[in-house]
Amino acid sequence: MSFFTDPRWSEALAHLPDYLGNHVRVSITALALGLLVSLPLAIAARNRPVLRGALLGLASIVQTVPGLALLALFYPLLLALAAISLTWFGVGFSAFGFLPAVLALALYSMLPVLRNTITGLQGVDAAILEAAQGVGMTPRQSLFTVELPLALPVMMAGIRTAAVWVIGTATLSTPIGQTSLGNYIFAGLQTQNWVFVLFGCLAAAVLALAVDQLLALIETGIRNRSRVRVISGGIGIAALVAATLVPSMARSPSTYIVGAKTFAEQYVLSALIAQRLQAAGLSASSREGLGSNVIFDALASNDIDVYVDYSGTLWANQFHHADIKPRRQLLGELKATLAQQRITLLGELGFENAYALVMPRKRADALGIHSIADLASHAPTMSLAADYEFLSRPEWAGLRAAYGLAFRAQRQMQPDFMYAAVASGEVDVIAGYTSDGLIAKYDLVVLDDIRQAIPPYDAIVLIAPKRASDQALLKALQPLLGKIDIDAMREANLRAAGGDGASSPDAAARWLWEKIGNR
Amino acid sequence: MTAAPPLIAFAHVGKSFDGGRGATPVLAVNDVSLEVAGGEFLAIVGGSGSGKTTLLRLANRLIDADSGSITIEGEDVRAVDPVRLRRRIGYVFQSGGLFPHMTIAGNIGITPKLLGTPAAEISARVDELLDLVRLDRTQHRDRFPHELSGGQRQRVGVARALAAKPRIVLMDEPFGALDPLTRDALGDDYRALHRKLGLTTVMITHDMTEAILLADRVAVMRAGRLLAEGTPSELSDSDDPYVGELLRTPRRQAERLKVLLPRDGAA
Repeated sequence: MSFFTDPRWSEALAHLPDYLGNHVRVSITALALGLLVSLPLAIAARNRPVLRGALLGLASIVQTVPGLALLALFYPLLLALAAISLTWFGVGFSAFGFLPAVLALALYSMLPVLRNTITGLQGVDAAILEAAQGVGMTPRQSLFTVELPLALPVMMAGIRTAAVWVIGTATLSTPIGQTSLGNYIFAGLQTQNWVFVLFGCLAAAVLALAVDQLLALIETGIRNRSRVRVISGGIGIAALVAATLVPSMARSPSTYIVGAKTFAEQYVLSALIAQRLQAAGLSASSREGLGSNVIFDALASNDIDVYVDYSGTLWANQFHHADIKPRRQLLGELKATLAQQRITLLGELGFENAYALVMPRKRADALGIHSIADLASHAPTMSLAADYEFLSRPEWAGLRAAYGLAFRAQRQMQPDFMYAAVASGEVDVIAGYTSDGLIAKYDLVVLDDIRQAIPPYDAIVLIAPKRASDQALLKALQPLLGKIDIDAMREANLRAAGGDGASSPDAAARWLWEKIGNR
Repeated sequence: MTAAPPLIAFAHVGKSFDGGRGATPVLAVNDVSLEVAGGEFLAIVGGSGSGKTTLLRLANRLIDADSGSITIEGEDVRAVDPVRLRRRIGYVFQSGGLFPHMTIAGNIGITPKLLGTPAAEISARVDELLDLVRLDRTQHRDRFPHELSGGQRQRVGVARALAAKPRIVLMDEPFGALDPLTRDALGDDYRALHRKLGLTTVMITHDMTEAILLADRVAVMRAGRLLAEGTPSELSDSDDPYVGELLRTPRRQAERLKVLLPRDGAA
């Protein structure tokens, strides 16, 4: 099968109206909001050095915050604001997806607009300003008929920069629940679907280039006083917005939204749940690639309806318990705690996706390492790789204390690359996941946690408060509970990240249902 | 001098500028009293830093005086809205001061437009003014300032100053940046306009020759003070050494020209 006939291209294309439409919607809104705030601020600040310095300084600081972090920060902030607004004014709003993305991106767009507007206005010749005053213009007339028109080419250059930045950064709004072209990139990275990654990058780049060129047309039109250019640039932008928004507007929103975190198993499980709901005649869609800090709050505030989490994760990270309880007891207590937030713990799927220390089977056998206790004496000469969060999670602190682990070096890695890295000997041990299909593929071995330092991680189905007594939903999900064993999940995960045209989370979910549906 | 009240009167006017942080303020205009009668053409001559431009800008309140009073057409300028004041005084800027993003017609018609004159009336007035400053209507109307020569731009500057039919025109070194031939032609043309339209003109220049050739009366400023004023012949009787120095140049030029170009000198 050649690269270009790969069926994943057409799959990617099928998502385009939805992803592109949402991407354009969030980018345009953010840019418009950014302009609405920045332009008056820049005009007010042009003759006030203190305000000007403060504004530009603040905007520069915002610019140094990585886009992903800025977007992620807005979610808890808005969540708190929504709660305050609900208690004070009786009106809540959704802190999920669109709103935090728009606010963060608008903030991101401000620096180039502020800087260029101020520079443009200050660049107007003092003799021209005096002439404006001398012919009898009021300060306002001077601003609108002389200063702004003369500053416009410089201002447009700033707006172009802002537009390109916003369109590029909008791909990072996927983890806070805003569908964007970033959905391709996040899903593609997690499921080793490079076609998706490439498609997402290309789509975002083409969009940014198209908008940039249309704005450039308007800019040169202003510079050369060519009304034709300005109008055709304007029409081009309007056409682009209309063409990308209309298909996504026409699409009726799904009744049920299934959340998924940012790794392959979550994509498979959300696809499986969405398929089951659709099979039961319910309209459902997935909201994928949500950050693990965002997804639980999104469920608690009814922004998504259902998702799969892991008992140990909630226990240690969401509810900050340092002690580890036996599996049944932990589930029971968790269910009671969740019920206090009116979240339903519907049940376990039947497998655990625990953190585990993993190394090549041959090497472990050669060194006589079977458990983490055996590893402890070798650790000072070994290196460990883990995902971005494990080393700062409470489970790692517990594990290290229980076995006295001290590695020579510790590295953070994209989870998909860890397995290949340990298989090739680039690192000695990884903190992998027990349900990962790559463990079998690379002939790796999971080291026993004989002191039970790692909590149990049963995959559990959580239901949003507003769906607690939704019988149609609960009935549709019932057949999944207790049916998925670790081998089936590993196989499905491997299939989802198979790296060929036939592998996709959807296909893996269908395969999984065929395997477990008749049990 | 006529018995009619002066159209422009400066009485004991003072203006100082902040010399920057810690520096002593600079006295730009120091107790100047000066009157300009209706229909008169006054030239104010001085070197850079003499305060001549500051004095001119005080008249239409581009800046405000610290002390003394200025009256225009009998009204104290402090009692008049500065924007309205400027709309009824024509002002010609050094090197034009044209708006680069507006056409020639747009530039000339700006003050009538600000005054709310109907578009058709402005358009007719623009044509009239182009004729008046001897620029071709069809050729120049819709062009932009950067497409014109320096002399043409300054003609547009004069047309713009005259657009709202002011009685008073203030000119800040209007012909300073032009080549001698253009400068001469423009000076003569303006002098003719001044007479034809019955204008009252105050022109700033650093060139005594130009002042003597164009103006009815010449005022000499130095270091913020008014040293002397009068018709060229009155000035020539002045015993002020600086005035004498300023007059030496045109005198020597005239003598040399008489020697070098005897036929022209005799004519």
